[in-house]
Amino acid sequence: MFASRKNKIKLSPAEKVGMTIVYAICILAGVLTVVPFLYIVAGSLATEKELVERAFFIIPHTVSLNAYKYIAADGSIFRGLANSFFIMVVGTIINMLFTTTLAYPLSKSWLKGRNLVLNVIIVTMLFSGGMIPNYLVVKNLGLLDSYLALMLPGAVNAFNLIIIKNFFQELPHELEEAAKIDGCSDLGIFVKIILPLSKPSLASVGLFYAVSHWNDFFNSLIYLNSTKKFPVQIILRQIVLLAQGASADGSAIDFGAGGTPPEQAVRMAATVVATIPILCVYPFVQKYFEQGVMVGAVKG
Amino acid sequence: MARVKGAAVQASQSQKKESFWSYVKQHKWMYLLMLPGIIYFIIFKYVPMGGLIISFQNYSPYLGIAGSEWVGLEHFKNFFMNPDFKMLLVNTFSISILNLVFFFPMPIILALLLNEIKNKVVKKSIQTMIYIPHFISMVIVASVTFTLLNVESGVITQLVAMITGSRPEFLSDPKYFRWIIVIQNIWKETGWGMIIFLAALAGVDTQLYEAAQVDGAGKLRQVWHITLPAIKSTIIIMLIMKVGSLLNTGFEQIFLMKNSLNSSVAEVFDTYVYTLGISQGAFSYSTAVGMFKSVVATAMVLTTNWICKKCGETGLY
Repeated sequence: MFASRKNKIKLSPAEKVGMTIVYAICILAGVLTVVPFLYIVAGSLATEKELVERAFFIIPHTVSLNAYKYIAADGSIFRGLANSFFIMVVGTIINMLFTTTLAYPLSKSWLKGRNLVLNVIIVTMLFSGGMIPNYLVVKNLGLLDSYLALMLPGAVNAFNLIIIKNFFQELPHELEEAAKIDGCSDLGIFVKIILPLSKPSLASVGLFYAVSHWNDFFNSLIYLNSTKKFPVQIILRQIVLLAQGASADGSAIDFGAGGTPPEQAVRMAATVVATIPILCVYPFVQKYFEQGVMVGAVKG
Repeated sequence: MARVKGAAVQASQSQKKESFWSYVKQHKWMYLLMLPGIIYFIIFKYVPMGGLIISFQNYSPYLGIAGSEWVGLEHFKNFFMNPDFKMLLVNTFSISILNLVFFFPMPIILALLLNEIKNKVVKKSIQTMIYIPHFISMVIVASVTFTLLNVESGVITQLVAMITGSRPEFLSDPKYFRWIIVIQNIWKETGWGMIIFLAALAGVDTQLYEAAQVDGAGKLRQVWHITLPAIKSTIIIMLIMKVGSLLNTGFEQIFLMKNSLNSSVAEVFDTYVYTLGISQGAFSYSTAVGMFKSVVATAMVLTTNWICKKCGETGLY
């Protein structure tokens, strides 16, 4: 590791070759990960002629925005983005409300009944009713085809709960004691002291929830019926996988010299539009997620 | 505060008859705060568990659980006698075992390689690139796959056609399905799976490498005698956990890649439950299938976890 640099021990020729191979493989792995994205961005901007004639390219000869004009005219993918955004924001707020209020009492090891509740929760991490019983509960509550069906059944994630609970446990007790002496109630302590002190870990768990809402496909698939309510993941599947295409009337749009965009380019453009939001927050999310993996690795 | 309260609890116990309700009243906010969460777990976790009893009935949504006819183990018998049962087992284990053999080692290998890269900028850039797919949805992964493997215009299909002269039907030919799933997993999660190993590698005492160098050990011997032993226990835990979850192939990925042409190799327990239960309304039968899967899966997780503990490693639960 650092030793080789510090002690300036020269690498043998064989080791130099080895290091070159190591670098080559790692860089190749990185490139192979991003190349599909680059190709799809390039393809979405290409003309039909180019997509047919050239098998692979990263920079299109002629840039055409027709595919984007087409999906903009259709609008379904943007409506999907808006729906997803709404589900993500409200869903995450519900998640955080339920998770923090449950985590705080559970962080008090002296509280009677706390271990019972904790065990009741741990059992659900091991065993669940499964798809159909969950579906029937949502159905019987009258939540089918409503956004609450995407928000309530997953309101508390047991892993996230334990992360927050552990974080609350680590907070110094002195502040709470001082507030108590000043006549502050447990609720006051929770809202005025505990929550503000926990901002970093709340942000990180909030991001976990937000990303999982954004990427969720399964719940929308089984619980939503109305096309108007579909989030972006469902719409993207319809356009790309089920090849239903965007349904706009192409004749109304002026595509200029590039001609009508090929279906392939439309699908690529839809994929790009659906991917961009997550890439925009990626640098921010990556940092918190990396910390989260390590927090999660520490046992509850 | 914990100690103060602990003392208070003990005192109350020694006084014996300080009633339950006065304790609850004293800590009313704590219990009130817990209430929404507890109600959530009851309604959305425990009621569905109770709902499993419909697998012993001919459940009809109109009659409800109370009014539906009891049929005992009939649905389970039908499922075990059905050829679908064998198909589901074969498909599930094939996909899981291919994942175990080809996907599982990837993060370890890449972590070992990346650990050798001392240039921080290069290392960080590669990490940033290979973490990206972890954050995108399965639908996007499937969309990318469809775009690349499409029979008319997919870039990989075209490249293969140029080399071999024939156009493989990647997306519909059953023989490619499992490999596509494994490759998607490798592409999506190798980078992210590395983190836990990289963290273990970062904890290795650098003095060990210095000592090894003084003793004349080359790079490979250092990796073999220092690096690998350092992450051995992490590898074992991850492996055991993977074995414990062999039945969990994940719904979204398989569902998105499945179609009528490849379903003979693609159908797994979760997609089967979805098709029969949600699409066709065979609630009781599909609940029985789902319950069989969850019971076996839970037993496997608990067993592997127990083995973990026996081996002197910390288990997950």
